[in-house]
Amino acid sequence: MEYFLQQLINGLTLGAIYGLIAIGYTMVYGIIGMINFAHGEVYMIGAFISLITFLLLGALGITWLPLALLIVLISAMFFTAVYGWTLERIAYRPLRGSPRLTALISAIGMSIFLQNYVQILQGARVKSLPPVLPGGFTLMGHESFAVQISYLQIGIMLLTVTLMAAFSLLISRTPMGRAQRACEQDMKMAALVGIDVDRTISTTFVIGAALAAVAGMMVTLYYGVIDFYIGFLAGIKAFTAAVLGGIGSLPGAMLGGVLIGLIEVFWSAYFTIEYKDVAAFSILVLVLIFRPTGLLGRPEAEKV
Amino acid sequence: MTDTGSRRETALLSVEHLTMRFGGLIAVDDISFSADDRRITAIIGPNGAGKTTVFNCLTGFYKPTIGRLTLHHPQHGPMLLEQMEGFRIPQRAGVARTFQNIRLFGSMSVLENLIVAQHNRLMRASWFSIGGLLGFAPYRKAECEAVGLARYWLDKVGLLERADWQASSLPYGDQRRLEIARAMCIRPVLLCLDEPAAGLNPRESAALNELLLSIRDDHRIGILLIEHDMSVVMQISEHIVVLDYGRKIAEGPPSHVRSDPAVIKAYLGEEEDDELPPEIAEDLAHDATDDG
Repeated sequence: MEYFLQQLINGLTLGAIYGLIAIGYTMVYGIIGMINFAHGEVYMIGAFISLITFLLLGALGITWLPLALLIVLISAMFFTAVYGWTLERIAYRPLRGSPRLTALISAIGMSIFLQNYVQILQGARVKSLPPVLPGGFTLMGHESFAVQISYLQIGIMLLTVTLMAAFSLLISRTPMGRAQRACEQDMKMAALVGIDVDRTISTTFVIGAALAAVAGMMVTLYYGVIDFYIGFLAGIKAFTAAVLGGIGSLPGAMLGGVLIGLIEVFWSAYFTIEYKDVAAFSILVLVLIFRPTGLLGRPEAEKV
Repeated sequence: MTDTGSRRETALLSVEHLTMRFGGLIAVDDISFSADDRRITAIIGPNGAGKTTVFNCLTGFYKPTIGRLTLHHPQHGPMLLEQMEGFRIPQRAGVARTFQNIRLFGSMSVLENLIVAQHNRLMRASWFSIGGLLGFAPYRKAECEAVGLARYWLDKVGLLERADWQASSLPYGDQRRLEIARAMCIRPVLLCLDEPAAGLNPRESAALNELLLSIRDDHRIGILLIEHDMSVVMQISEHIVVLDYGRKIAEGPPSHVRSDPAVIKAYLGEEEDDELPPEIAEDLAHDATDDG
């Protein structure tokens, strides 16, 4: 029981991170019908920017933790959003209106480019960050096994829930969200009611990148090690999460993220840790075979 | 222009030498006409005459090969539509349009369809949505106004009690009216309607006539109308432009167009026995005496 509870906590934490990345996939798919395979790299860049900002703040002597975390969060979101915007501007916008495959190849190209870009700039070695926020609560337990929830895990879950709530509100209640849903359904008609479609698509990329940056920052703090290649696996898993939840559906992406996180953690805990990725990707295969629209997706109906 | 009369010098919309080529095909060939505010201008013509192409040029779907499309906005002054980015045409110039095949945002509610049409106003009021997220007072106020305008138009087209329906679940006639309501929520100065009466029953068609006349008179905007239903065109339009094979073959008030031989030849032929070209009338008369 204690063991199960501990794994549940770990799984939810991991799932929150996947969910944040998955939103970027699902939003971009919703609005331009394309899988942005460079999104995993955007998340990786978010992780690097967090790390760099942390080290910079340390060098500047800003060590009061809440302030430092806030600055890291804001700078990671901001700079990664700039990357997201640039990505759309140079790799996808010129290809608007061309076949989907063209944009997909461009996405894969950008993914490879960004990996190598970071590898050259930052080096190929694994970067590490000493634990920033140690400690936590012991929920229950005895001599042999204690269920622990660290402050960091609480922080990750709280931040994720807050961001997702704000984001859902943004999509459902604000003009920008309405514009996004309108563009999704009929871009030409959206332009005819005066919506700037190009700007709306850019905003989608910016928001997706900012959320991925938060995920990147969380991973940096949680695991303490990053390298230029983390975006690949995390990206594919978040993509799996988006497909599992129903690509194009926002609640689906969040649910899918949590499910993938849980599956991965429970598989490693009860079966073999070596095969945790196999378990996660088997889900992708099974979903594509038996329920291609995902858990919350509706066939060709409302996306996002 | 046949009856400019007492109207002001500049028309609301003036189309000059509009030509649209698609490769070797000339869809619209050197058309000039103008449309005034507080008037209904109809564009008629057989299928493939280039009517919808004219609309597509006006609303930025196509960039005309040749020609100038000037809109004299009462507040913003003259604007060249052919040089504007697509989304600026409704936003700045105030040109709204509906489609032959209805294009609503199907999975949004009826009310939301009308709120989306007021996007730019709300976007400004909400500081690009950030204010909306935090619940700023100016945004709340703007949203109230937007809902107010939407309710006004829902009431006007008789859809108020269906405001929460999903747009795609509305019956066909309601969807048509909702599309007009959405176009009006842009607060346009020129409303372009592409076959608004298509698929409507006679009762709905009569209600549509009333709606269009009320839009013209109460809201003082210009209406540009493509229509096949002659009862609609002849009853409500003040000015008719007739196209055939991409060319303008006649222009004028309904009474004038109705009796124009070129129009009858291209379009109204069979219905107007008494207005047949003389040689055909003669032939017919000859046949009749033969039989008798």
